Amino acid sequence: MRDVAVLGVGMTKFGKHPDKSLVDLFAEAFFEAFEESNIELKDIQALYYGNFVGEMTDGSGNLSGFMADEIGLRGIPAIRYEGACASSSVAFREAARAVAAGYYDIVAVGGSERLYTAGTEIGTRALATAVDGVYEITAGLTFPGVFALAARLYAKTYEIPLEELREMMAMVSVKNHKYGAINPKAQFYGKLGDLKVEDVLNSRMISSPLTLLDCCPMTDGGSAAIIAAADIAEDLVDTPVYVRGTGQSSAGGLFRQKEDIIRAIPRKKAAEMAFKEAKMTPKDIDFVEIHDCFTIAEIIATEAMGFFEYGQGCYAVRDGVTSIDGDLPVNPDGGLIGKGHPVGATGVSQVYSVVKQLRGEFKENPVKNAETGMTDTLGGDFGTLVNIILSIHRR
Amino acid sequence: MRFVDFFNALLEGKVIGQKCLDCGSYTCPPKATCDNCASRNLEAVELSGKGVIRTFTTTYVAPSGYTEEAPYTVAMVELDEGPWIVGRIDLPNEEIERLGQDLIGARVSVYGKEFPTEPFYPDKKRRVVPMFKVEGLR
Repeated sequence: MRDVAVLGVGMTKFGKHPDKSLVDLFAEAFFEAFEESNIELKDIQALYYGNFVGEMTDGSGNLSGFMADEIGLRGIPAIRYEGACASSSVAFREAARAVAAGYYDIVAVGGSERLYTAGTEIGTRALATAVDGVYEITAGLTFPGVFALAARLYAKTYEIPLEELREMMAMVSVKNHKYGAINPKAQFYGKLGDLKVEDVLNSRMISSPLTLLDCCPMTDGGSAAIIAAADIAEDLVDTPVYVRGTGQSSAGGLFRQKEDIIRAIPRKKAAEMAFKEAKMTPKDIDFVEIHDCFTIAEIIATEAMGFFEYGQGCYAVRDGVTSIDGDLPVNPDGGLIGKGHPVGATGVSQVYSVVKQLRGEFKENPVKNAETGMTDTLGGDFGTLVNIILSIHRR
Repeated sequence: MRFVDFFNALLEGKVIGQKCLDCGSYTCPPKATCDNCASRNLEAVELSGKGVIRTFTTTYVAPSGYTEEAPYTVAMVELDEGPWIVGRIDLPNEEIERLGQDLIGARVSVYGKEFPTEPFYPDKKRRVVPMFKVEGLR
């Protein structure tokens, strides 16, 4: 297998875009990535595009061809990947594997989604298509609901009073909003940067014990990256960022995973696969962009990826270990909570943030001496899990 | 076993699942393979319909198609035979808020309740929800 590197990255501002279609959002992100890749359009051999619920939000499916045609790549193979909130991370991983295998030299990857404009009821129903469509949805299980179930089980299993856990969960929201408020691409740029724990605890209850500020927002946005074989990348750009390892795993419904929903076993498997491929351990990772769709989700993720013992992730947040100046900065770009979560675009937007950090271009909230970063993207109730390790070191 | 068989039985007050003739474990709701060992050597059986609440959440913001029913409390119950199922606790909201985390571990019996279907639900005639009746409330 060949080494693979990222040439360029792009993303739209995340937020509300009633005036931009799914195609407009992807094209805007794509051309930002294209401009810094030092290639011509004809060099791109395939498009890997992620979108989750275009049919429900925009009445639009079969999207990949429209995306390719829009950006001037008429006729190339264009494939849409759907893995719920991990859609564009799945696309990125498949793109990287195709280049590594030698099938393509240069490909484009990305995603777009419009959930904010769709409104809360349609958006919530669209997101709920990622729970079991027969046995879970019938009870009206929502995504905040999934992580609310996990939060109560976490408190019970690790014998933490629920109110104490809620305070530590709130600290995730405070941290990620603080970082989102200084990220110009974030949905909450310039907003909610000085939240207090009490603000999170006292905001509107969505699905007990999760309040509105425990949840990431509904977001419109697009993201893109261009990747190439490492030997080619080194001739094209000054600072190629190498794709050192990727991992992916799957699961059935929550009721099949039982008490493992707080251990996120598919994430453990995906992370281990990525570490093995990269020949690294969690100690080699300088910072992570994690799928904090809800505050408790970030805590569970840091444990399952191997950074903290099970039941200890909440204390890492409380003790500042996951803050920008801690041992493992988590979500320095604001995460899904502060930056926003345009589902199908989220995974590649995490790659965007990691690449910018590693190039020293993330001026607003830099991670000191960052050489290796990792992304973590969760689709559904652990049904699709992808981890990607990126580094400025080739091997 | 088809998914509608599970819900039809629930409406008759029965929880049906499968017993694996290879490893002896139970799978519920039904599945093409044993949830423990992936064997297809399964036999349809009626389960006790009893279990304990392992976790729950009261949903205040419901998706399109479910808004009329909110707030409602979704729970995961571990059946006495081992499988977990998703359903709703049939207590009033105020009672659930009062009990809080103490509801975890409470024993329940399972029955089915019919609700109107919605455009995206696989059963176009009706939607059956497993309901959890809490036993021995103080």
